[in-house]
Amino acid sequence: MLSIRNLSKTFSAAAEPVHVLRGVDLDLKAGERVALTGESGSGKSTLLHLIAGLDAADGGSIRLEDTEVTKLSDAGRASLRRDRIGLVFQQYNLIPSLSVADNLAFQARIAGRHDAAWSRELVERLGLGTLLTRYPEQLSGGQQQRVAIGRALATKPSLLLADEPTGNLDEATAEDVLALTRDLVTRTGCGFLMVTHSLHLAATLDRHLTLHAGRIT
Amino acid sequence: MKRALWVLAVLLSHWRRHRMQFATLLIGLIAATALWSGVQAINQQARNAYDRAAATFGGARTAMLVAPDAATFSQDLFVKLRRAGWPVSPVLEGRVQINGRSVRLLGIEPVTLPVDVGNAPRLGASDLSSFVAPPGRTLVAKETLSDLQEQEGAAPPISSGAKLPPLHVQPQLVPGVLVVDIGVAQKLLNKPDQVSRLLIGKPKGKPAPLASVVGDRLQRIEPNAETELERLTDSFHLNLTAFGLLSFFVGLFIVNSAVGLAFEQRLPMLRTLRACGASARLVNTVLVIELVALALVAGLIGLVCGYFIAAALLPDVAASLRGLYGAQIPGQLTLRPEWWLAGIGISVAGALVAAATSLIKAIRMPVLATAQPYAWQQRQRRWLILQSIAACMVFAVALLLLRYGESLIAGFGVLAALMLGAALILPAFLDIILRVGQRAARGPLALWFWADSRQQLSGLSLALMALLLALAVNVGVSTMVETFSRTFVGWLNGRLAADVYISASDNAQAVAIRNWLKERSEVQAILSGGRAETQVQGQPVELFGLPDHALYRERWPLLETATRAWTRLVPGNAAFISEQLSRRLNVRVGDVVEVPAPGGTWELDIVGIYADYGNPKGQLAVNVAALIRQFPQTPQTRIGLIVPRDKISGLIAALQKQFALDDRSVADQATVKAESIRIFNRTFAVTSALNAFTLGVAGIALLTSLLTLANSRLPQLAPLWAVGITRPRLAAIELTKTLSVALFTSLLAVPLGLLVAWCLIAIVNVKAFGWRLPFHVFPLQLVELVAVALVASLLAAALPVARLARMQPADLVKVFANER
Repeated sequence: MLSIRNLSKTFSAAAEPVHVLRGVDLDLKAGERVALTGESGSGKSTLLHLIAGLDAADGGSIRLEDTEVTKLSDAGRASLRRDRIGLVFQQYNLIPSLSVADNLAFQARIAGRHDAAWSRELVERLGLGTLLTRYPEQLSGGQQQRVAIGRALATKPSLLLADEPTGNLDEATAEDVLALTRDLVTRTGCGFLMVTHSLHLAATLDRHLTLHAGRIT
Repeated sequence: MKRALWVLAVLLSHWRRHRMQFATLLIGLIAATALWSGVQAINQQARNAYDRAAATFGGARTAMLVAPDAATFSQDLFVKLRRAGWPVSPVLEGRVQINGRSVRLLGIEPVTLPVDVGNAPRLGASDLSSFVAPPGRTLVAKETLSDLQEQEGAAPPISSGAKLPPLHVQPQLVPGVLVVDIGVAQKLLNKPDQVSRLLIGKPKGKPAPLASVVGDRLQRIEPNAETELERLTDSFHLNLTAFGLLSFFVGLFIVNSAVGLAFEQRLPMLRTLRACGASARLVNTVLVIELVALALVAGLIGLVCGYFIAAALLPDVAASLRGLYGAQIPGQLTLRPEWWLAGIGISVAGALVAAATSLIKAIRMPVLATAQPYAWQQRQRRWLILQSIAACMVFAVALLLLRYGESLIAGFGVLAALMLGAALILPAFLDIILRVGQRAARGPLALWFWADSRQQLSGLSLALMALLLALAVNVGVSTMVETFSRTFVGWLNGRLAADVYISASDNAQAVAIRNWLKERSEVQAILSGGRAETQVQGQPVELFGLPDHALYRERWPLLETATRAWTRLVPGNAAFISEQLSRRLNVRVGDVVEVPAPGGTWELDIVGIYADYGNPKGQLAVNVAALIRQFPQTPQTRIGLIVPRDKISGLIAALQKQFALDDRSVADQATVKAESIRIFNRTFAVTSALNAFTLGVAGIALLTSLLTLANSRLPQLAPLWAVGITRPRLAAIELTKTLSVALFTSLLAVPLGLLVAWCLIAIVNVKAFGWRLPFHVFPLQLVELVAVALVASLLAAALPVARLARMQPADLVKVFANER
């Protein structure tokens, strides 16, 4: 479903260019759950951003199903994120001025694919039923991340990308959140690529990859 | 479409959570639109009135033929010209007194009246017969009918006893004018077969040359695109526009501040929208739509406010224009659809300009840009140096305009450049002051006080610039008005030499009054005056006849004089010239002015220059006997009397009883003086009102900036609270900081304001009115204005400070929480 070949990305820094990705190859099947670890600055987040079309690669290819992501225009990449990708960030990135219910429905409405039954199921599975009228600032970190996961899965994407989704949570909450995510990914059958620092959490997924010196080992 | 609406709903949700910021944005837009539109409404109203005046059956917008000496001429010339193919139409003009009020009377010949006399009222076929056939009609504006306290259909008598044809209201007719058939006018004005001018219509063929028909007895006056009244009032309207613009920009400062902060706070939201698949184009388009929608709503509210402001100011503006220029402006506001459209347009354009930097940033923003709330304020610091360089360049432009500018626009240009430069350089000035304070500080809290004030400066600088401008304008205009007021009162004391003033209805009554007065023992002197009108070098000039009396030599104020000036005036070949006319004609003491008179050119040696404040017309003061010799038709109806103070009221009562004179026709010096001062004060009432409005808007700008900043202050204040400084003490420190920067700004506004006053007195007034006043400084007034500015700042700071003092510890603790 996701096929990455010889992907490279360089950032210009003050002293000298930083080669973050130096020919990354990666394959991910539909329904497969993959953890990506690596030291800080190894390019994990950059790889996720390139897959999501948030940034442009310098070379190589990213193929999501039948679409070559690197060839898409800004509007095409926006459409890809809207319809086929779910994104979860460490900082939750909820919209502070919208209620939990509106945040959950946010991406589905943008995509024009709001499914009321699926939304109800998500609310129930994520345990957000009593929090729907609250605003993000009134929630704990774990609750906020559950809303973010719900928002990302509301469109039933082909691929869920998560960048350190448990980075701000304590160990127990992190395990709870990840367990929920695994269940929902299984339920939707989408691919799941998670960047994490936790080897323990990485071990709970189907496959564990490490990014080192700009390459996957 | 649905997607766009959803994105719009998301963007709008920000305002629901930040209501004060939303209010700030709306207030800024409303304030900007309201005063600007209000001033435009007033200007439009006045210009409509000038148009009506110019088009009144052949005003300055119609080509015409007049006698070279501006006197009336025989209507035989009209007949000759018509026969020679000239499409001319006769007009006779004069003044009549009705119920003690002097009104302009126009006699027209409706059949030959050119059809292209601007927007003059049209006379339909049925109206035409009623107008011409006895008893005829007197066309009158609704406002004049009400001024005369008459009803439509009434036929009021004029002072000679003759009756006007029945009054008939004619829409579009300028106030203060009565229009009758020319035959009726010739009878009423006692000028049989006389004509004042001939209006020229569009010729069908090529008429015979003018000189071959009438010789040099008539000269052609080409129509003016701009009337004399428009030229004279330009400065006044420019002044109003300048006030409107100032408030508009202060309003935009508020909008810029609110939009800038809102944009930074919404950066994470924009990033999330983009990450969730809303394209950059969609988000940017919706951002613009949101702004335009808000501008439309605020613009509409601003227009309604502008309407009320204009309606409130219009009576004062009308009084000012009447007092300064004799212009008649209807006191009731009528607005055209263009005004509404322009108001909405200016609101939208202003909002887009104020938000331009934020919108451009949004358009260029990469989707992975990290949100840096409040970094926007910090980035402003980088502009400090650029702003200072720009200020120096603007000051250089001011100097160039001062050195080489000749026009009134250049005068206002100097003012605008001066204020813009000062506003631009203010943050750098304040930064230097605060840096000095920081270096001198010893204790940790004092050090923090100065350092934090500097950090806050960038967020407050726009509001402080607004305060500086508003205050400088207040200082400048107040100093100018006060200077003018004192000069005017002193001048009036010298100018009003006589103790009693009489205005007879005609020469016959004036003779009877003089004869009666000669028998009165309490009358020490009878001073007869007179006025005639002529043109010198194409300029309308009033000839003012002065009696030869010691009192005038002692009291009449002269700015410049030749030796034995008063003695040289008596034979009739010398004149004093008013200051404004001397500037317009570039005439000094010792020069000669040639005045066209019925008997030929009258050469006058200029032996003195005098101030003639408030008179839009240029004036030459000559000996009254000489004036009557040169202009035999001069009405000799004005009489001044020297009477012991205790006999004044008795004499006035006796005069009123003997000659049936009303209060307008006879008045003592104190009454005339009080009336002049009342008119003077009313003239500047509108300036005071606009001053107050501008200061109010600047106060709002400061309040909104402080409220906006208050939200970002917690991370700075919480650590101090954590180390043991109480919330009330923190609030007191915040208040002191605000008042300190406001005080520094106010103190800088004082010299700037005095410079503005100097510009107004020495440049703008001279170019606009032709007179220059002595420059005075009024320290008490300056202290008052600084106090007002501090009170405004105190009020603006009170709300955010009160909030801080009452803030719950839980809110401060959040600053240190991880999950904030």
